[in-house]
Amino acid sequence: MSAVEEMPAMTEARSGVERMTYREALRLAMREEMLRDERVFLMGEEVGLFEGAYKVSAGLLAQFGPDRVRDTPISEEGFVGAGVGAAMLGERPIVEIMTLNFLLVAMDQVVNHAAKIRAMFGGEVGCPIVIRTPGGAGNQLTAQHSQSFEGWFAGTPGLKVVAPSNPADAKGLLKAAIRDDDPVLVIENLPIYKEKGEVPLDPEFVVPIGRAAIARPGKDITLIAHSFATVRTLAVAERLAQRHGVDAEVVDLRSLRPLDVETVAQSVAKTNRAVCVEEGWPSYGVTAELAARIQSACFDDLDAPVERVGMAEVPLPYAKNLELAAMPGEDRIEAAVLHTLGRT
Amino acid sequence: MPSTRTPIRKRSASVEVAQGPVSAEAIASRLARFEQMCLIRNFEEEAERQYKAARIGGYCHLSSGQEAMTVGAVQAMREHDLLVTGYRCHGFALARGVPPQAVMAELFGRRDGCAHGRGGSMHLLDAGRGFLGGWGIVAGQLPVATGVALSLVRQGRTAAVLCELGDGAVNMGAWHESLNLASLWRLPIVYLVVNNEYGMGTSVQRASAEPEAFRRAAAYRMHGERVDGDDLDAVAEATQRLLSMARTDRKPAVLEAVTYRYRGHSVADAGLAYRTREEIAAHKEHDPIERVAESLLQMGAQESEIAHARERARAAVAEAVRFAEQSPPPELSALAEGVYCHGSDIQFARMRPGSPFGEQELVFDAGLGR
Ligand SMILES: Cc1ncc(C[n+]2csc(CCOP(=O)(O)OP(=O)(O)O)c2C)c(N)n1
Ligand SMILES: [Mg+2]
Repeated sequence: MSAVEEMPAMTEARSGVERMTYREALRLAMREEMLRDERVFLMGEEVGLFEGAYKVSAGLLAQFGPDRVRDTPISEEGFVGAGVGAAMLGERPIVEIMTLNFLLVAMDQVVNHAAKIRAMFGGEVGCPIVIRTPGGAGNQLTAQHSQSFEGWFAGTPGLKVVAPSNPADAKGLLKAAIRDDDPVLVIENLPIYKEKGEVPLDPEFVVPIGRAAIARPGKDITLIAHSFATVRTLAVAERLAQRHGVDAEVVDLRSLRPLDVETVAQSVAKTNRAVCVEEGWPSYGVTAELAARIQSACFDDLDAPVERVGMAEVPLPYAKNLELAAMPGEDRIEAAVLHTLGRT
Repeated sequence: MPSTRTPIRKRSASVEVAQGPVSAEAIASRLARFEQMCLIRNFEEEAERQYKAARIGGYCHLSSGQEAMTVGAVQAMREHDLLVTGYRCHGFALARGVPPQAVMAELFGRRDGCAHGRGGSMHLLDAGRGFLGGWGIVAGQLPVATGVALSLVRQGRTAAVLCELGDGAVNMGAWHESLNLASLWRLPIVYLVVNNEYGMGTSVQRASAEPEAFRRAAAYRMHGERVDGDDLDAVAEATQRLLSMARTDRKPAVLEAVTYRYRGHSVADAGLAYRTREEIAAHKEHDPIERVAESLLQMGAQESEIAHARERARAAVAEAVRFAEQSPPPELSALAEGVYCHGSDIQFARMRPGSPFGEQELVFDAGLGR
């Protein structure tokens, strides 16, 4: 019998929606899952006493105690690996990494260990670990603290990678990740922690892994993005409607691996044009993967080459003017769309 | 060599220096150190003001309270020694002689900054002065500094590396790997562990199974010792001795300096969620700068000399702000300059067709590999 069935009484039966921030939605997901399943515990730097470097875990130490909300030293390789090992024995660790940049220190545990376990041991044992970490740029944090590596992880068989762009998906995808039997990397985003949205309160609300969403329906062109790039792209879509009479459809990927190519292809088959947007470097990145899959799935539907917009391929400089120029800002996305529509 | 142990407890103002007649040079040199400490304190206070006025962005880690450790350690370096630090590096840059103008301009993200506005607060550098960088990934600078020491050996140079790290960095694998390499290869390096009692909001006690970091050196048969990091003379003496041991005998060492940061982890952290106001106030009672001021008086320095030193430090910071304000931001048309070495543009020339939107103007035409 699973812990799910043993402890139904511990979940708060709530319904309806509530407006909350992205970070509150993540917190709610963790709280609900910790109530639902004893095996779920959180560990990471500053997650307990300090309540999270970005306050995502505020209140959880007080509610669940130091055994289930575990502060770690600064030793990512050690505690990510510890999460991997705990997961092999059936625990459900959520490991918070302060930012995606620091996950590189634990890359070996993620790619060489977590991702390999199920296949390498012939399916004998799994690794249901969740690694949560914010990526993204835009606050002058400079070269070592502004990176988006989701393409690296999403290119690794054995890992699942999700990247919610709004509070409801943040809650639903984190819950799906915690319940999943495989290692899931949940990529959050610094600038959207404070964004608000309606979030279902039902403790059984989950967003399935591997399903994109049509964030804005449209007919003229398909814009494909994830995480913060979706937020920007949605803003650009409104601008396009107002200033240029362009009706853009925005596909929010939500999951990067598995990737919902079906939803993307259906949209492109309808609009015949696609612009892919990401906050990371496009070379060998998420948009590179999208472009390849779109040309393969939609070759006959395309009226223009698939365009890509991402971070300028430089280590991000500190100076505000350089940083702004390097980022895939709204102006650059808009220009790419107009270019793809043949309007420039 | 056995590890020695010094208690964490802070001593009151050091008076040993006052015994016997004191030379004018000794007073002058101490006044210069005092002025450097004041410069760092004033600089940090100004940086906080400018950050709050949104003229400095990103992360901004201040070192107020740590001035004796910083100045004492850097003063012990010789001209050809090399310095590598983490991200809390304003004080180290200033102590190493990087002009405050160039440091402030860097914090402002301007062209005349010591990293040309590309690095910001965490990534100061002045290669000409042997300062090989402020680095932002905890413990990432340790293997790098270890390799710098290796190159000193390979090049037959009589110099040593001083590598700063925080108390939080000693739990990273990179620390252990670096210490092992340094000891195994007998590299001229001193790892300066700045124990300011916290790594972000986590106290040393809560993070380290062996909270006395210097003891870990023994695991690599390396010398380790601890000093009162708020005692300028103690830090200078220990650093000098260990650097000289590294330089001449190729014996690496760990020096742990116990100090305290007055401000939060960064300007964005109020610094009160994990420690009390009383704790901070208690440390301020033994302020390292005032300890030096007292000792100067005991040596026979004039009140006016001390006041002038304070005044010069303030003026230098004001001048630094003026300079930074007037320095232009980097040119947009140079966004990609410095990403690769000169001449790489030829290698990249054939990557242009079909590049992502905007890449041509932003990167290829903006100095990539030129
Ligand atoms: C590998 C890595 N993990 C986490 C961080 C985030 N971080 C930056 S500074 C810091 C605390 C470091 O504390 P300490 O080493 O004691 O240095 P101090 O800030 O006290 O100078 C943390 C956790 C980082 N920069 N790098
Ligand atoms: Mg510290």
